Amino acid sequence: MSATPTASSASQPSLFARLWYDKQNRSIIVQIIAALALLWLFGSMILNAIHNLEVLGKGFSFNFLSQPASYDINQHLIEYSSRSSHFRAMMVGIINTLLIAVAGIVLSTVLGFMLGVFRLSKNWLINKLAYCYIEFVRNVPVLLHILLIHGIVVHSLPKPKQAINFSDSTFITNRGVFMPSPEFLPQFKFVFAAIIIGLLIAWFFWRFAKKLQERTGTQLPVFLVALLAIIGLPLLTYFFTGQPINWNIPELKGFNFKGGMVIRPEFLALWLALSLYTAAFIAENVRAGILAVNHGQTEASMALGLPRNRTLNLVVIPQALRVIVPPLSSQYLNLTKNSSLAIAIGYMDVTATIGGISLNQTGREMECMMIVMAIYLTFSLLISAGMNYYNSRIALVER
Amino acid sequence: MSNTTPTAQKYAPGQHPELPPPFKTRGVMLWLRENLFSSPTNIVLSLLAIYFLYKVVPGVLEWSFFDAAFTGSDRNECKAKAGGACWAFIAERWRLFTYGFYPAEERWRVIVAFIMLVVVTIAILWEKCPLRKPLLGFAVIFPFVAAFLLVGGNGVKMLVGLACVAVVLLLLYRGFSSALFFILAIVAALAAKIIFFGGVDVPFTSIHINGIVDLEQYQQLSLKRVSTDSFGGFMLTLVIGVTGIAFSLPIGVLLALGRQSNLPIVKYACIVFIEFIRGVPLITLLFVASTMLSYFLPPGTTFNLLVRVLIMVTLFASAYMAEVVRGGLQAVHTGQTEAADALGLKYWPSMRLIVLPQALKISIPSIVNTFIGLYKDTVLVIIIGLLDPLGIGRASLAATEWNGLTNEVYLFVAVFFFISCYAMARYSIYLENKLHTGHKR
Repeated sequence: MSATPTASSASQPSLFARLWYDKQNRSIIVQIIAALALLWLFGSMILNAIHNLEVLGKGFSFNFLSQPASYDINQHLIEYSSRSSHFRAMMVGIINTLLIAVAGIVLSTVLGFMLGVFRLSKNWLINKLAYCYIEFVRNVPVLLHILLIHGIVVHSLPKPKQAINFSDSTFITNRGVFMPSPEFLPQFKFVFAAIIIGLLIAWFFWRFAKKLQERTGTQLPVFLVALLAIIGLPLLTYFFTGQPINWNIPELKGFNFKGGMVIRPEFLALWLALSLYTAAFIAENVRAGILAVNHGQTEASMALGLPRNRTLNLVVIPQALRVIVPPLSSQYLNLTKNSSLAIAIGYMDVTATIGGISLNQTGREMECMMIVMAIYLTFSLLISAGMNYYNSRIALVER
Repeated sequence: MSNTTPTAQKYAPGQHPELPPPFKTRGVMLWLRENLFSSPTNIVLSLLAIYFLYKVVPGVLEWSFFDAAFTGSDRNECKAKAGGACWAFIAERWRLFTYGFYPAEERWRVIVAFIMLVVVTIAILWEKCPLRKPLLGFAVIFPFVAAFLLVGGNGVKMLVGLACVAVVLLLLYRGFSSALFFILAIVAALAAKIIFFGGVDVPFTSIHINGIVDLEQYQQLSLKRVSTDSFGGFMLTLVIGVTGIAFSLPIGVLLALGRQSNLPIVKYACIVFIEFIRGVPLITLLFVASTMLSYFLPPGTTFNLLVRVLIMVTLFASAYMAEVVRGGLQAVHTGQTEAADALGLKYWPSMRLIVLPQALKISIPSIVNTFIGLYKDTVLVIIIGLLDPLGIGRASLAATEWNGLTNEVYLFVAVFFFISCYAMARYSIYLENKLHTGHKR
């Protein structure tokens, strides 16, 4: 055995080299160093924060949330007055953020899909109009859109006395859009029940028709029946029970309208700006999604004799959705986050209430900003969870 | 042939001269039929679009050009001249819009920095640019040179600092292939700090190691200091935008690699950082920068608001950049890494030579999109009180003689952003087409 030289102890690598050149050991060393560095960073940040807050005599507590906020919020969907607590103000802010986010998501999706289809249209004029719109809107900051539209709403719409009048019930002014608000009478519960029954009928009929088609190939008029059940039944009940809705119509009193519902100019401007801005991005996603479906798919479907609209519904759109949904969810997230720019025009969302006025009044920057960030993180996680669920439902089922 | 016109000549079969195609199937008519009026729906859509254009375009042109006032000294003078836009406001204040409150006698520095930026940009974007190699080298140090030009201060200190940064960066770069150079880089950085830049405080103790060479005595290359509070207008937009663009890509690449790493602590630290930044709006981060960042720093440390904003904007953009680069990394086939492993390349060389070039190439369009997003986000700084063009505009509107010209200001700034962002978007499309080597439908 002496003929084959083995590694002697003399050429044994040093301890450091043995640790460093072993992949597993090295990864442990690197991670320990990284962990220590992170620990040091956060440790020193927290220690600094504690020390600095102590010097300022502020401490760290969320007790201020129960103190009266003593500022007004003009748009509140839940009970709120200036005597309510900061916590209440925060809730009002959260609801306002949610409202703008949901309204914006709905409008931007509708507009975005429309624009995306226009962008693919063979009609040259429509195509180019959509192109100009998308390119201009996409390449200008959203804050500018918000300010520009807010400026137009506030400066260019008429004063309440010269309001743009729609059939004496809806008025467009620079103080907002005033609309009749419904007041539900007791009999309305029958209409409500009719809506639910209609939805159930539509759903069961849809399932039945689907099974029937799978079994026998017979197609039933699902759309018509569903339309009748969802719209016709409640309408019939509505007139049968004697129209149990009182419309509260806004009236001009003094310098402004009273009664009815009002869409405030800040909400209107923010809603339009966010929707128009996000719609341009969604349109590009939709276009990319539809273009991503191989043209052979359309051709194959045509060859099988499917008419154009069925080709779209059954072949192109399901495949395009798979490409559209992931970027769509990030557009929804962006819209929600961009709604924080409300602060620039005085819409009282969560950034403007707890992260704005409450922060300035109480001087509790740390706590307020932590709350605001936590709220936005929650929104983001919720939206991405929801979209992930939807995505997993429409995703390609692979083996 | 008998049913043709009476003057028709007789032709031998195959000898008839070629006739032009029927009127409806050529030229303008064909184009109109195919592109505007091909089906009933299209006819309706086209007519609607034409009506819309007829309603909107003349009004807009009238307001912004034909009935607009380009000169005048206040709003009433504008109104007396024309009923449309009052661009005189912009004309009078364009210096403010360009330089902010940068002192007039020092503005040449902004211009020099801007020319350098243009040259560097051309060198980066245009492959056949003469002297491209040295210019690309200059691009690496350009941010520091520009910072010195704009802020001013001791030139010798700047040059020495630049040399030290260059040495440290070179060592770090070598450090990707050998750990020894990493340690050397850290040593070099510490040594530079001790020798030239006033020594160091040893952490956790009160020991202070004094500096050796005092560079303050060399004032030959000094420029007058300009406070960053006076930065504003388009210059501020460019400062924030270019800094963000220059630093977010490398940080983003590192974060993306960290997220892909198989070291759990590094991986989860990167994930938490990226998801946190992407989950909150930029304006909350800017609030943090402006109101509470000082809480987290050792007592007594203050640093400039602009620097804090730059850091926040860069971090924000780098989280998005990390996701974009991750997309590219995922698109590179595992076989590539495995082949690199099989060739005996270590982690950093395999990333630098094999994986990243492919991943970055794939993600160029998205990277440019992130740049555009970052550039547009720079307007948000008005919310914490910096005066970018929008801020300048809004501040100027408060002046009594120009009160109420909001539309003009917003449109002017919008056009500025549109031009710069659209140019970037076009460049990304050009790159996309150049890199697209597959088949097209």
